[in-house]
Amino acid sequence: MKTVVVPLGPFHPLLEEAEYFKLFVEGETVVDMDLKVGYMHRGIEKLCESKTFDQVPFVVERICGICSTSHPLAYVNAVEDLLGVEIPERAKYIRTIIAELERIHSHLLWMGLAGHFIGYDTVFMWAWRYREPVLDLFELISGNRNHYAMMNVGGVRRDIKEDDYGQILSTLDEVRGGTELFIGAVMDDPVIHARTKGIGVLTPEDARAYGTLGPTVRGSGIPDDIRRDDPYAAYDMIEWDICTYEGGDVFAKTAVRLLETVEATNIIRRCVEQMRPGPICADVQTIPAGEGLGHAEAPRGEVLHYVRSDGSSRPVRHKVRAPSLMNIPSFKVTCIGEKIADAALITAAVDPCYCCTERTAAVEKGSDKAVLTGGDLVEMSRRKTAQIRNDLGCVPPVEKLVRGIMAR
Amino acid sequence: MKPSLWGLKKSPWVYHVALSPCNNCDIEILDVLTPKFDVERFGIKLVGSPRHADALLVTGAINRHVLPRFKELYEQTAKPCVVFAIGSCALSSTMFRDSYNIVGPLEEVMKEIDPNAIIAYVPGCPAKPEAIIAGVVKALNAL
Repeated sequence: MKTVVVPLGPFHPLLEEAEYFKLFVEGETVVDMDLKVGYMHRGIEKLCESKTFDQVPFVVERICGICSTSHPLAYVNAVEDLLGVEIPERAKYIRTIIAELERIHSHLLWMGLAGHFIGYDTVFMWAWRYREPVLDLFELISGNRNHYAMMNVGGVRRDIKEDDYGQILSTLDEVRGGTELFIGAVMDDPVIHARTKGIGVLTPEDARAYGTLGPTVRGSGIPDDIRRDDPYAAYDMIEWDICTYEGGDVFAKTAVRLLETVEATNIIRRCVEQMRPGPICADVQTIPAGEGLGHAEAPRGEVLHYVRSDGSSRPVRHKVRAPSLMNIPSFKVTCIGEKIADAALITAAVDPCYCCTERTAAVEKGSDKAVLTGGDLVEMSRRKTAQIRNDLGCVPPVEKLVRGIMAR
Repeated sequence: MKPSLWGLKKSPWVYHVALSPCNNCDIEILDVLTPKFDVERFGIKLVGSPRHADALLVTGAINRHVLPRFKELYEQTAKPCVVFAIGSCALSSTMFRDSYNIVGPLEEVMKEIDPNAIIAYVPGCPAKPEAIIAGVVKALNAL
């Protein structure tokens, strides 16, 4: 059969790094895959070398708008590793609260986009509706909805006022209620089961071989979490559980993210309860020569920062490794052999990716003739859901009503 | 008023162009469409093709790799087309202006592509949903 190339990309803004995928398809089946990166390259590592140690958190914050706490957190961990400084206890709790709030908003964002891909726009709207109170909370704490600028070498930049505890806890209740509603909806819905179970399976062996991180590896049943393996912030001072799920398919990754959202609300609640008044930043005067390594568990996996100093006010080398770089090559095993209608969902299961499908076009090899556009791909995915819904006899309430009236 | 401008002001369809942003303005643009702000009430709709767009929402400091793709994309749009520079990066490249891979803010890029282009600016890092809505309303009133 003739092989057709389907380009996905080249740049899609809902991922940390923009990529360009080439899907080689035979009929409806994906047979091979190629990947190019570099569309979002802004030279951040080089820019960091021209900034002082205090300015770098603002630069690394802007690597990704969704993980805008994980990168500064990993960076300050690296500098504190270099310094060997112990940060105040209250700063540790505040760092944990901000990191976990970010996990909630990121997972809900992903949940909405995944719903959009399989044609459940209601899920998209509801997930983003529950995400809003979390952003309001960020605005209350830091003054900005995203890019919180909370991390500082030696501690945090801002305190959380005791007057705000009430609003934090009430927002958590609201988010938890919404997430539990989602868990009920996802676990019970036969259409979602049919669309996600057994699709894009990443076996534990492959997950290890590709070095995948975060919910991608935990969805294969491996309890890998940098918060437990090498604790930073307050993760060794509170009780919490690693969320894993067996299966490695899209369903398992969804389940891990939903369970983690609930667990994040527990972590924040415990932090707020255990937090005592005190200083929020250690006194750091100069950064000596040396090198430091720091990491943080971002919503998508481990973020790694390496910093080398020669005793001046600026880092001489700053290396960043984001989790998507490790997770994306696993598409090579998850996408191959799957139907093209599922490819958008499988690639989205690792990380949100919205605009990539918006800009997709299937091009016949050797010519520029477009065969399929991004809209067609989403349409195919939606048609499959409708087909499954029909086969299972699940009729949407409105349609049921219309049919009832017609029968009369 | 020209009929084409009159048509543009009613329920503008927008196309989202991400030119090496940090994703944040992009999720704020999507936020404007979701229940809390819900601009689809006013007929503002995100479309999948630049050929359907009345306005382009441009985010990000523009790098060398995406610039030729943006040129191509702008040429595909039906004129007149309002270009919205959303967020500080598109306005002035902010902290990325010294980077080796950044070609400059949208205004300078547009001078080369189309000197007569209509550009509207929405500042903020990221631009708040309220600011995006206010910017769109002001720009449409000024047309």
